[in-house]
Amino acid sequence: MIQCKTSKAISGMGHSMKRKEDARFLQGKGHYVDDIKLPGMLYMDIVRSPYAYAKIKSINSEEAMKVPGVVAVVTGRDLEKYNLHWMPTLMSDTQMVLPTDTVMYQAQEVCAVIATSRYAARDGREAVRVEYEPMKPVIDPYKAMDANAPVLRSDKEGKKDNHIWNWKVGNKEKTDKVFDTAEVVVKQHMHIPRIHVASIETCGCVADYDKVNNHLTMYMTTQAPHAIRTVIALVAGHVGLTEEKVRVVSPDIGGGFGGKVPVYPGYVIAIAVSFLVGKPVKWIEDRSENLQADSFARDYHITVEMAGTKAGKIQATRFKVLADHGYTDASANPSKFNTGLFSIATGSYDYDTSYMEADAVYTNKPPGGVAYRCSFRVTEAVHAIERITDRFAFEIGKDPAQLRMDNFIKKEDFPWKSPTGWIYDSGDYHAGLKKAMEAIGYDELRKEQAEKRKKGELMGIGISTFTEIVGAGPSKDFDILGIKMFDSAEIRVHPTGKAIARFGTKSQGQGHETTYAQIIAEELGIPAENIQIEEGDTDTAPYGLGTYASRSTPTAGAAASIAARKLRDKARKIAAYLLEVSEDDLEWEPGKFSVKGAPEKSKTIQEIVFAAYTNHPQGMEAGFEATHYYDPPNLTFPSGAYICVVDIDKETGAINVRRFVAIDDCGHIINPMIVQGQVHGGLTQGIAPAMYEELIYDEDGNILNGTFMDYLVPTAVESPHWETGHVVTPSPHHPIGAKGVGESPTVGSPPAIVNAIVDALSPYGITHMDIPVTPYKVWKALKDKGAI
Amino acid sequence: MIAQSFQYESPRTIKEAIELLQKYGDDAKILSGGHSLIPMMKLRFASPEYIIDINRIPGLSYIKEEGGMLKIGALTREAEIEHSDLLKKHFPIFGDVTKLIADPQVRNMGTIGGNLAHGDAANDHPAVMLALNATVIAAGPDGERAIPIDEFFFGFYQTALQPDEILTEIQIPVSQHGTGSAYHKLERKVGDYATAGVAVHLTLDKNNTCTSIGIGLTNVNPTPLRAARSEQALFGKELTEEAIAEAAKYASEDCSPSSDLRGSEEYKRAMVAVLVKRMIHKAAERAKA
Amino acid sequence: MATYTLKINGSTKKVDVDPATPVLWVLREHLNMQGTKYGCGVAMCGACTIHLNGTAVRSCQLPVSAIGNSEITTIEGLSKNGDHPVQKAWLEHDVAQCGYCQTGQIMTAAALLKTNPNPTDVQIEAAMSGNICRCGTYLRIKDAIKSAAKQK
Repeated sequence: MIQCKTSKAISGMGHSMKRKEDARFLQGKGHYVDDIKLPGMLYMDIVRSPYAYAKIKSINSEEAMKVPGVVAVVTGRDLEKYNLHWMPTLMSDTQMVLPTDTVMYQAQEVCAVIATSRYAARDGREAVRVEYEPMKPVIDPYKAMDANAPVLRSDKEGKKDNHIWNWKVGNKEKTDKVFDTAEVVVKQHMHIPRIHVASIETCGCVADYDKVNNHLTMYMTTQAPHAIRTVIALVAGHVGLTEEKVRVVSPDIGGGFGGKVPVYPGYVIAIAVSFLVGKPVKWIEDRSENLQADSFARDYHITVEMAGTKAGKIQATRFKVLADHGYTDASANPSKFNTGLFSIATGSYDYDTSYMEADAVYTNKPPGGVAYRCSFRVTEAVHAIERITDRFAFEIGKDPAQLRMDNFIKKEDFPWKSPTGWIYDSGDYHAGLKKAMEAIGYDELRKEQAEKRKKGELMGIGISTFTEIVGAGPSKDFDILGIKMFDSAEIRVHPTGKAIARFGTKSQGQGHETTYAQIIAEELGIPAENIQIEEGDTDTAPYGLGTYASRSTPTAGAAASIAARKLRDKARKIAAYLLEVSEDDLEWEPGKFSVKGAPEKSKTIQEIVFAAYTNHPQGMEAGFEATHYYDPPNLTFPSGAYICVVDIDKETGAINVRRFVAIDDCGHIINPMIVQGQVHGGLTQGIAPAMYEELIYDEDGNILNGTFMDYLVPTAVESPHWETGHVVTPSPHHPIGAKGVGESPTVGSPPAIVNAIVDALSPYGITHMDIPVTPYKVWKALKDKGAI
Repeated sequence: MIAQSFQYESPRTIKEAIELLQKYGDDAKILSGGHSLIPMMKLRFASPEYIIDINRIPGLSYIKEEGGMLKIGALTREAEIEHSDLLKKHFPIFGDVTKLIADPQVRNMGTIGGNLAHGDAANDHPAVMLALNATVIAAGPDGERAIPIDEFFFGFYQTALQPDEILTEIQIPVSQHGTGSAYHKLERKVGDYATAGVAVHLTLDKNNTCTSIGIGLTNVNPTPLRAARSEQALFGKELTEEAIAEAAKYASEDCSPSSDLRGSEEYKRAMVAVLVKRMIHKAAERAKA
Repeated sequence: MATYTLKINGSTKKVDVDPATPVLWVLREHLNMQGTKYGCGVAMCGACTIHLNGTAVRSCQLPVSAIGNSEITTIEGLSKNGDHPVQKAWLEHDVAQCGYCQTGQIMTAAALLKTNPNPTDVQIEAAMSGNICRCGTYLRIKDAIKSAAKQK
């Protein structure tokens, strides 16, 4: 299926080239932020609030300062002197760096202890005495919306409620009208729970301020180093840290998944302390701090409705969302999209009427939410549409696969305009679902299920046919803090024909060092092995917005391709000069230009590059370098057809995922092996929220599962044997026809799993289960229906 | 995730260890595998000033049959129990239970003595020991004493061990022909503590009559629990579905689980009934094999 | 503070640390052997897995004072040039993604194959159940262990 234009020696697109980064990872030589040690480095630990909502009456650091090695205790009052006690969020809200008066969630930063060792810092932390006056927190977002709810953000002048924003899209009047007259209307309320990225490497940094040169180097676990540099300059410019004085270095990252996009208070405190004491300061979270205080993901309460005909034609959808943001809206969305790209929720189906509305609310919980392996709320959107589609099929008694086939947008109808205004670029949804059904043996499974049902056994088959929206994004709509969401590539080819290329993105396991090299190899014919890729150092890499939301291939990957094409154009000129023919007489094949009709007369790319430094045409600029900042004309729309089979133990509720087939369309594939690895990983991060993970708070705002003891990250045992495959419809507007893949499986798989579970339970009248669907929930549902 | 500093002691004999316990009293904790103690110390739920590491005391790690008794040394690692041929032959229940305890790295360090001495109703060995009618041997300043398992578990995280005593051995009567045992627990994911766990050990005669029965329950009670009424419902009776159902019902009534993240009280009681039924069947199958 | 003489990767190292210090931090902070990683600190993730006398254990749970004469092997000592059969299989199967947990995964897998040269799928899953990979590379981990077993 995948055709390679280049030889294995060049290893352009389509080759399963082994990852260049693996050698260091497999020998313990990966270089992560906690591996950085600098002379004289101090360590920071953070005192955190045991209460979800409390006034701070006093902070007593006397005993802490007596702990050997402790050099300072920093409070909000200390930062206030420099106006650093608050910082802006990406969504133009405000967040405390350290509190001066009030703590707003359990585990919030209260003050920081600085010491000469990690141990002394922790002992110092234990010795700080904080006096609190606890207040009754507001935890339930619906109660927070009550008119008489206490106003949590009283720091905001004139704030009279806990409402953050209202957002709507679509045609309300038209939608209501369709619903009023529709033959069939189904409605479902669902909660997409608060979860955590839980990367195995926690967040951390080493802030290294050099007083003599007034220069800050910030080593930091960040997915977006350039944007962070700008943010630091915006927040700390007034104390002299202007942007040219700041270098952000993002070393190897031990998993990001969106959780390493935000600026956490710990980073700012570390910078402030380093700035004040003139020494490097290391701050590394422990696991509980990571789970309890870092930005959460999801937490959308959604009511979704679908209207259609009895025959199974989908006519309209309606969505109402309540977004629980914790005490501040610290989402990591593009500025104009406070619900991210939730408006993709109309799905893969051909209808023209939809209306969506969302409200956001403050509660006494940690702020967020980040786009956890998701292009900004697409996971929530896909869950809603794929669940309600199944509900609709169940309601009218139609097979959910057939219902989808009947309603899919047809491949010849692309580009297709969605009811909420997106232009889907390409896809072949029928082919995807057909392939998935064949791979899993859908018809046979339905027969088996019918037999099992006669015996009272519970088996379910669930489908999810989703459309993603990734690659943010076109500059007319997409920016973060005003900076347009382009991304960049800079290629330098050395005289000997080997290259280095630098990017504004930052890999966290996606394999950029390999795939970017393959893109350039594809375009220039230089072996990928000879192309060094660098990211993460703002002093050397071109400006870019970073890696999240499956945007690296759609944006920086495109930039690599176009920068390489600029070089190929130059190469053509040089080749024409060297071969003494006109440019039009030359033909390109990967790695060389030859004269049309005289293939023996040719110049390899290496010869051409050498000439660019040693014998370039007069009047032409010497050297062989190009940079491109790629502003995508549209987003890309990867899609997938996933089918899941589950067996359920009726007595215990235990769920076994027997099979899972994932057919993805991510357009042209750069490295099939890496793509498959990404799909495996994404599916594992899909079964996680579907069956295991959720951050749970009690009514006092105490987190009940803030360690890996109770926050249940799947292991090799829980992870099913994923079966993967592809259909390929190239993105028509992307230079190499790629669409991005990292997030599709995380986004698309939870509804397939839940649909399978609900399908298994449907003989007892069960039509919905909120995720995570646990054995206990299954048992309870069966019990409530009198099935056991 | 950093524990408070402590003074480390590494006695070479049981006598030395007991002397240290007498000297330091409540400020000391015994370290065997460390997988219960160290996490509590790191989360600063426990901050002992003295750690008495008993791993250097020779002769506390063994599995042997002696005088009709199976004897397991307190320092025997879970991994050794998991792979012991002697246990596989006589007590397949140990194969059931050890592979459900935490994960392999923990089992490489964790000891059976530590698992019991921690007094945690969520640990798995206590229920098994109740089912097997084990005896715990403790060494103290006045020598050794034998503590029947039914007298071993007191309150929450409390055992009959005195502050100056060390658990040294577990003794289990070797069973006669026609005996089978089985353990299972429901867990939210691999390595989790039990939502509910059940250990069954029974002997059947030719007439399918239950001539011995032990049933222990994991994590459905403040302390490890013997399902005494369930045992009575089966002892001396033919092992019929009705008798099994009755035993299951009693166990679910007599335990005292609390609702938590693993499920409601009602769910846990129901799971106890399901598991009692399943484990009796599995033990009976093994007894007949 | 106390002085400990540790046998690590075939050589002897002296460290002067608090008796409570976990071996993980002795390796990382005092001996500059940073291939072993911190993930959770409470024995729930496996990132810190090392070998103690050849068996896989969690270095975050081992106070340095309890090591005595035991031999420690870390990822740095598993092979000279990254050519242990497990490391080779890992490369062949493109297991690693972010790489952070992988040294722990590799140490656990290497210990498994030492005691069980031909593990079944179920045995592999059970042996690896204490190592979390958030990138979700489990399928490849299982495949790589099988192919490393064949190589041996």
